[in-house]
Amino acid sequence: MISLAHPARDTTPMLEVADISHRYGAHQALERVSLSLTKGGFHSLLGPNGAGKSTLIALITGLLRSQSGEIRVAGHSLSRQPREVRRHLGVVFQQPTLDLDLSVRQNLLYHASLHGLGRRQARERCEWELARQHLEARANDKVRQLNGGHRRRLEIARALLHEPELLILDEASVGLDTASRQALNEHVRILCRERGMTVLWTTHLLDEIAPQDPVVVLCTGRVIANSQAQALCTHTGTHTLQEAFGRLTAKPGDTVMEGRS
Amino acid sequence: MSANAYLHCFLGVSGREWRRFVQQRTRFFSALVRPLLWLVVFAAGFRAVLGISIMAPYGTYIVYEVYITPGLCCMILLFNGMQGSLSMVYDREMGSMKVLLMSPLSRPFLLLSKVLAISLVSLVQVYAFLGIAWWYGIQPPAFGLVTALPALLLVAMMLSTLGLVLANAIHRLENFAGVMNFVIFPLFFLSSALYPLWKMQEAGPWLYWLCSYNPFTHGVELVRFALYEQLAAAPLLWCLGLTGAFGLIAVLTFDLRRGVRMKSPASANAT
Repeated sequence: MISLAHPARDTTPMLEVADISHRYGAHQALERVSLSLTKGGFHSLLGPNGAGKSTLIALITGLLRSQSGEIRVAGHSLSRQPREVRRHLGVVFQQPTLDLDLSVRQNLLYHASLHGLGRRQARERCEWELARQHLEARANDKVRQLNGGHRRRLEIARALLHEPELLILDEASVGLDTASRQALNEHVRILCRERGMTVLWTTHLLDEIAPQDPVVVLCTGRVIANSQAQALCTHTGTHTLQEAFGRLTAKPGDTVMEGRS
Repeated sequence: MSANAYLHCFLGVSGREWRRFVQQRTRFFSALVRPLLWLVVFAAGFRAVLGISIMAPYGTYIVYEVYITPGLCCMILLFNGMQGSLSMVYDREMGSMKVLLMSPLSRPFLLLSKVLAISLVSLVQVYAFLGIAWWYGIQPPAFGLVTALPALLLVAMMLSTLGLVLANAIHRLENFAGVMNFVIFPLFFLSSALYPLWKMQEAGPWLYWLCSYNPFTHGVELVRFALYEQLAAAPLLWCLGLTGAFGLIAVLTFDLRRGVRMKSPASANAT
């Protein structure tokens, strides 16, 4: 799949989703979804609106209880060792989750305390992540005063405070302008390379995906493709990911889903 | 996770609760003014109407202001406990509850931290009120202020766990005001906070029955006796039991709902 910077000694996948189904009442949101992310690398989860991406993320993060199937993060079962899973998980949710009336630093320190980090360690980690996100100058500002791009970067800084091995970003670029969107995407890729971290990036925007990225395509609750972005084009006999995606998600019998929000 | 991790977590949760309280100065102000109004205006007016005979734990005849002071302390605890649970509903709406839910520490512990943090903020308000009341002339035994501390803490925890149960049951912020009207006022008025229970007995047996089973009555009586350096055993047991029961229900319902609302695709389409 992707080449790792270091030879992989441990072959346990970072994230394993096995046979997950989920329904809301009569509506089948996910149907026998299985996927596996190798350690390290930038993985994309792609799908039109309503494909089940958010449900899948809510299940992986434990915000929704799974109805059937099994999820494992870094070898730990979510149903049996949920707290061990949460220790390895950093999440940037689609909806903002910052405390607007607290300062940038207070938001980070609060998160650090929820992860049981000691005072000194929390301060060190906090300053480090702020520097990494170029937010030092804003450390004492209220979050309310930050713009959208800065808030997102703060959420990423926060998700990385406890040094997770798996970072999940659920439509993190929603609501940002093109330049900030691109900057954010590149930034996460750099993090990924430098730290050898595994990233799961969900999006419905195709320009955020590079040809060499491993991609999982979700459509009406099912995994319809799971390979490298480039290989998707080869398989579907298309030239661009846009075309490949269009062909995959509009198979005969499937309804074309347009911008439901 | 080490014991230290739990300590840091508790400090973080209570630090946030405290910062929130300090930032909302109007909240502190209204938390003080409300019971003071009752004490200075309402009690002064009622003093003439309501004669209170000698009764435990008071050794002599007392003025009405002295009688309602413990009830007003508990009123502060009640309002603050509900305010704390309101903040939980708000957190859920605003998404910051997810941050709490992603903590690797155990959820019952997180909830207990929250309850204890809300209770400590309440205690600060109660003692500020008792300080002003002291200056106004309501002076229980000085050591009573010390013996009242554990009683106040227990009652604060009972009321904030009750608040958590409500927060878990309330789906939307808008519904909160209604629930408050149906919870705060009956709890307060159907209790021994404003009038002794035997007065209620004169009013009617079912009213008396309601008052004597009201958790708030037990809280008020526990604080009343503790403020006069006495232990009220039955209210203590009631408060301990109810705190445990509310806490258990809060943990169970919290975990079921997972503290977040997940839009079903059907409702997402509707918007």
